[in-house]
Amino acid sequence: MNLSMTLRIALKALSRNKMRSGLTMLGIIIGVGAVIAMIAIGSGAKARIQEQIASMGSNLIIVLSGAATSGGMRWGSGSVPTLTVEDAKEIAELSAVKYSAPVIQGVVQVVYGNQNWSTIAIGSTPEALLIRDWPVVKGRPLNQGDIDGATKTCLLGQTVVENLFGEMDPVGQVVRIKKFPFTVVGVLGPKGQSTWGQDQDDVVYVPLTTAQRLLFGQQFPGMVRAISVQAMGPDTMKEAEEQITQLLRQRHRLRPGQENDFTVRNLTEAFSTAEESARVMSLLLGAIASISLLVGGIGIMNIMLVSVTERTREIGLRMAVGARGRDILYQFLIESLVLSLIGGVIGILVGVIASQLISRFFQWPTLISIQALFLSFSFAGAVGIFFGFYPARKAARLDPIEALRYE
Amino acid sequence: MEELIRVEHLAKIYDLGEVQVPALKGVNLVIRAGEFVAIMGASGSGKSTFMNILGCLDRPTEGHYYFEGFDVSGLSKDELARIRNKKIGFVFQSFNLLSRTSALENVELPLYYNNTPSRERRRRAMEALINVGLQGREHHFPSQLSGGQQQRVAIARALVNQPLLILADEPTGNLDSRTSLEIMDIFQTLNAQSGITIILVTHEPDIARYAGRHVLFRDGRVIQDLPNQPRRAMEDLRQMPTGTGEGIS
Repeated sequence: MNLSMTLRIALKALSRNKMRSGLTMLGIIIGVGAVIAMIAIGSGAKARIQEQIASMGSNLIIVLSGAATSGGMRWGSGSVPTLTVEDAKEIAELSAVKYSAPVIQGVVQVVYGNQNWSTIAIGSTPEALLIRDWPVVKGRPLNQGDIDGATKTCLLGQTVVENLFGEMDPVGQVVRIKKFPFTVVGVLGPKGQSTWGQDQDDVVYVPLTTAQRLLFGQQFPGMVRAISVQAMGPDTMKEAEEQITQLLRQRHRLRPGQENDFTVRNLTEAFSTAEESARVMSLLLGAIASISLLVGGIGIMNIMLVSVTERTREIGLRMAVGARGRDILYQFLIESLVLSLIGGVIGILVGVIASQLISRFFQWPTLISIQALFLSFSFAGAVGIFFGFYPARKAARLDPIEALRYE
Repeated sequence: MEELIRVEHLAKIYDLGEVQVPALKGVNLVIRAGEFVAIMGASGSGKSTFMNILGCLDRPTEGHYYFEGFDVSGLSKDELARIRNKKIGFVFQSFNLLSRTSALENVELPLYYNNTPSRERRRRAMEALINVGLQGREHHFPSQLSGGQQQRVAIARALVNQPLLILADEPTGNLDSRTSLEIMDIFQTLNAQSGITIILVTHEPDIARYAGRHVLFRDGRVIQDLPNQPRRAMEDLRQMPTGTGEGIS
């Protein structure tokens, strides 16, 4: 007996009891749908985190001014600037480091005409934008000339542009920051939210030297709160951290045993932890959903066993008219396989629709991959064969005489 | 006429663990091609066991069963299934039709197990249904057919592979007397026109009258084997008062 005939017999047998076949399938439908929706949720979260990491800039290390101790009281990182512009220049020379940019920042009020907006001003060197891989979409970036001349020029983030200029082109306009007039030379591209939900576009970049002299420099001249560093590549992150620590200890003349007066933080590492936890979450969700698929499989086995018992006479008859044991085995195996695969296809549809609904109503990003579809479909098939085998073998081993006599 | 079936010292013992029950105790019998044999006996006489072995559904514990001159007593299950499919047609007391499956598809069933192409399957099933007088009913489900019609579907199913032998196990047991006669008429016609060997198991002497030979079983042995001048079922049908049973459609 060939496959297409076996398939036809199986379909006929299933269609003879539509209600039951449908309910049995429901177990698989829910299982496959859940697996797909859960994996979609998990990979959606992972994709969002990856996107955020990319928006932060890759291979990023932040060096923060150290925890100051005054009279036994310890202040947080960056509370007292211990890093200097010279430190940043030296760090840039390290072999494992690609770029390094000193950063000072503070909250400022930016005024244009009768509009004003409170935002963060960042004083840095041109490398700061290279590190963050942040393009200027209009006008020009800040250059070394702006740093050297401490020009009153600035770059605006998208949020600032929207709030001060609306639809107008800000390039060439003059805004006032802390009462000083700054010429807008460029507009930064949109970055969106950071991992912790901060609007990265709510920012004004000014030359480091200008920021030191006019905006924040009065308290600690020549000092910076932080240095952004980009390592050469993902493999050299650890090396870069070590080189920076060594260099700064040397430069700050710290004796062995003395605490660092700075903190080196590997941002990418922090994010990969987040990425890892998203991965684990997606795995966990998938595993839980797989259990429901397994339960669906047990439902198939249950129904197939009932079906074998119910159709004992039919099996006897089929054997009497010439069916061999394996013809019966294949017939029942294919029946359960058809059940699980049709359930798998419907389950895929349900899963895809469910993920769309989840992302629409819960604002949760979902990502459906072909692999996930393929995986859960083949998993459903495997479940069908695995749980269909025992009932099918039971049917195939029936004695035709007793089966024919069965009441 | 050549031999179709020869059994020698056929014995069957059912092993029930503690006790061993002998169902057949050395049966010798020869049936020639084209015979119409009634096998009779009370329940427990061993006739059903004998039928199961003749039908290649069961294997003897001892002795030999030659079908068409071949010793089939030692064949594997799959080989026996092949013989059942190609050479033997079964008719049962309770029809054993698949419910919610059309008459045509019921008749097609044996053809599935020898890879007959679907067009050929359909053609032969239709032919068999016409043979038993059921044209026009091919798309009816068993539940839409009378008992006699259902049994005719079952006979068509037994015929569809053009077997050498039809084994009918109490085929009229669930039918009224008029319908029983109709079924016997079909068997007699098949036997006479196509030369199919028919072995009929029955405990009703009325039904056995239409067979050409009576074999009587008791306690696992053949105790009587006599030729019989068969009555014509068709003639008995004509003499029956009309209005009882089912007419031929």
